[in-house]
Amino acid sequence: MSSVAVTAQTAGKRAARAAAKRRGRGTRSAQRRPGRLTYILLGTVLLISMFPLYFTLLLGSSDPVTIAQEAVPQWLPDASLFQQFATVFESDRINFWKALTNSVIIAVVTAASVVLFSTLAGYSFAKLRFRGRGPLLVFVIATMAVPTQLGVIPLYILMSDLDWIGKLQAVIVPGLVTAFGVFWMTQYLSEALPYELIEAARVDGASMIRTFWSVALPAARPAAAMLGLFTFVQQWTNYFWPSIVLNSENPTLPLVVKSLQANFFVDYSLVMGGIFLVTLPLLVIFVFVGRQLVAGIMAGAVKG
Amino acid sequence: MAVLSPTQPTHRRGGRGASGPRPPRRVGFSQRLGRWDVKLSPYLYISPFFLLFALTGLFPLGYTAFVSLHEWNLLGGQGEFVGLENFSAVLAQPVFWKSLVNTFSIFVFSSIPQVLLAITIAALLDQNLRAATFWRMGVLIPYVVAPVAVSMIFGRLFADQYGLINELLGIVGIDPVGWHSDRIASHVAIASMVNFRWTGYNALIFLAAMQAVPRELYEAAVIDGAGRVRQFFSVTVPQIRATIIFIVITSTIGGLQIFDEVRMFDSTGLGGANRDWMTTVVYLYDVAWGNQKDFGRAAAVAWLLFLLIVLIGMVNFLITRRISTSGPKAPAVSRRHTRRLLAQARAAGGAGTAPPTPAPAPAPTDPTTDREDRR
Repeated sequence: MSSVAVTAQTAGKRAARAAAKRRGRGTRSAQRRPGRLTYILLGTVLLISMFPLYFTLLLGSSDPVTIAQEAVPQWLPDASLFQQFATVFESDRINFWKALTNSVIIAVVTAASVVLFSTLAGYSFAKLRFRGRGPLLVFVIATMAVPTQLGVIPLYILMSDLDWIGKLQAVIVPGLVTAFGVFWMTQYLSEALPYELIEAARVDGASMIRTFWSVALPAARPAAAMLGLFTFVQQWTNYFWPSIVLNSENPTLPLVVKSLQANFFVDYSLVMGGIFLVTLPLLVIFVFVGRQLVAGIMAGAVKG
Repeated sequence: MAVLSPTQPTHRRGGRGASGPRPPRRVGFSQRLGRWDVKLSPYLYISPFFLLFALTGLFPLGYTAFVSLHEWNLLGGQGEFVGLENFSAVLAQPVFWKSLVNTFSIFVFSSIPQVLLAITIAALLDQNLRAATFWRMGVLIPYVVAPVAVSMIFGRLFADQYGLINELLGIVGIDPVGWHSDRIASHVAIASMVNFRWTGYNALIFLAAMQAVPRELYEAAVIDGAGRVRQFFSVTVPQIRATIIFIVITSTIGGLQIFDEVRMFDSTGLGGANRDWMTTVVYLYDVAWGNQKDFGRAAAVAWLLFLLIVLIGMVNFLITRRISTSGPKAPAVSRRHTRRLLAQARAAGGAGTAPPTPAPAPAPTDPTTDREDRR
């Protein structure tokens, strides 16, 4: 079990990176570079991936009359786009800034909470022995396949009884833990964290929680980062539950899309400009963390 | 595992050595403390998950059954016990059945092309690419676009008049399609939104699985004279079968719960005038928070949908396993299996795609052990 994660544990980050590089080179050197066709196909995939977003810019730069008559009103966006942005920012019916703040709060809090609780539980399932461990883990895996969204009616009744309708906690609290997160961290830690490290910490006199904090948590970092990112994206783009318990006075960004559609359905260029604004924050984040996201998937041991 | 046995604290203290035994009481106390620490900590660590999950996941799911047996509406709250009346009322609604058919149809249009496309893209990415990370990030872009936004954009691309898709079809010589009026066409449009968002994501999961396939297997296959396509079907597919099952099951669960896409596809968001593209979750929403405001019936819908998802998930699992376990178990079966797959590929993709197969290449003896060794 000489995974890169273990190298990171025993020899530090730099060595791990070097090891990963060496390994990559070793396995790949036998392979030749792919032909041009591969790049053409991948380029097409990339174009299709980007086009819908680019399309919002094109429609946002145009005007409703042209949009009603042309499939693609123009091929390059222009400065009139900023007028749409200004309208969206200033509109009272849209509440854009409030939605942005709300989305950030919800996504950050749930991501942090899912990561913490999943790592704790995952560490416990992967590395500690206790009565009932097997059945409980099976239970977690089983619930992963159960669509808990189908409990929306009682959940709504609960939120209504707590007087949380229209408040952020109605979205945050149900998102604080996920069965997937626990399963994910269990999988990762059982491979990436050698028992020797835990033993060493215990022999040195560390308490259980100290062992978790100083040994398990650092080892879990790659998978935890990825879990956090995915939770963040999932909450950020979530619409179903927020649309039920929140409203246009206290919206999240996806709810803004609905308000745009409801209030400005005649003005398509405004709607599309707004949609681009709604998508932009996550896109910017993606530019910075996309690499980790992908690397996380690749190193994060998605093996069936 | 010795570390977790209760004797550990003694060992730890004793290890410090030469100064002789400590006063028994102190050792006893810290030992007991250590033992409790070791015994209770595991439960302590898993408890936040189980407590929160019980409150926000399990309880609502169970309580749905309770609500479904009562008269219950949004404003009036709990009414009297009505037994299975809500279920029979829902089952008698033609719209409910229509929504089920729609859901299933959209699911088929989304999941099958999605898995095939994702595997193809993963195979493209699983090469010695220049700027590999760039391409991998590229296919993941749609994932960060919210489904509601995707739906609004695609609603425009699939516009019945002056929509880009119809214009493109016009170039090829196909008449404009009524994406917002024809039932099947609307399903295809909605499925394409789902595919847009999830194909790249699934491709990366497949890619991760493909990269875990030992390269020696490919080398062996090359020596045995297998071409690229043959390698793909005889080595890659059997090796990533567990991932295929995983993706098929998750896409089933997701595909049967489509909501956002339909809500934004037109301005009413209820699946068109004839409910031609209303999915069951949208129906549930409409019953609970739309016109009827009937929680009892909505809960009944939720339970019916839940049963359906479990059922289809299980069928899915069995089928996928049947298909893919015949792979690497025994070489004889494997060969027949791959030959069949190859024949299918040849039939589907035209004669040119399959490589000339020389003497039947024996499948790598036991891939599973290879894989274990590598870890």
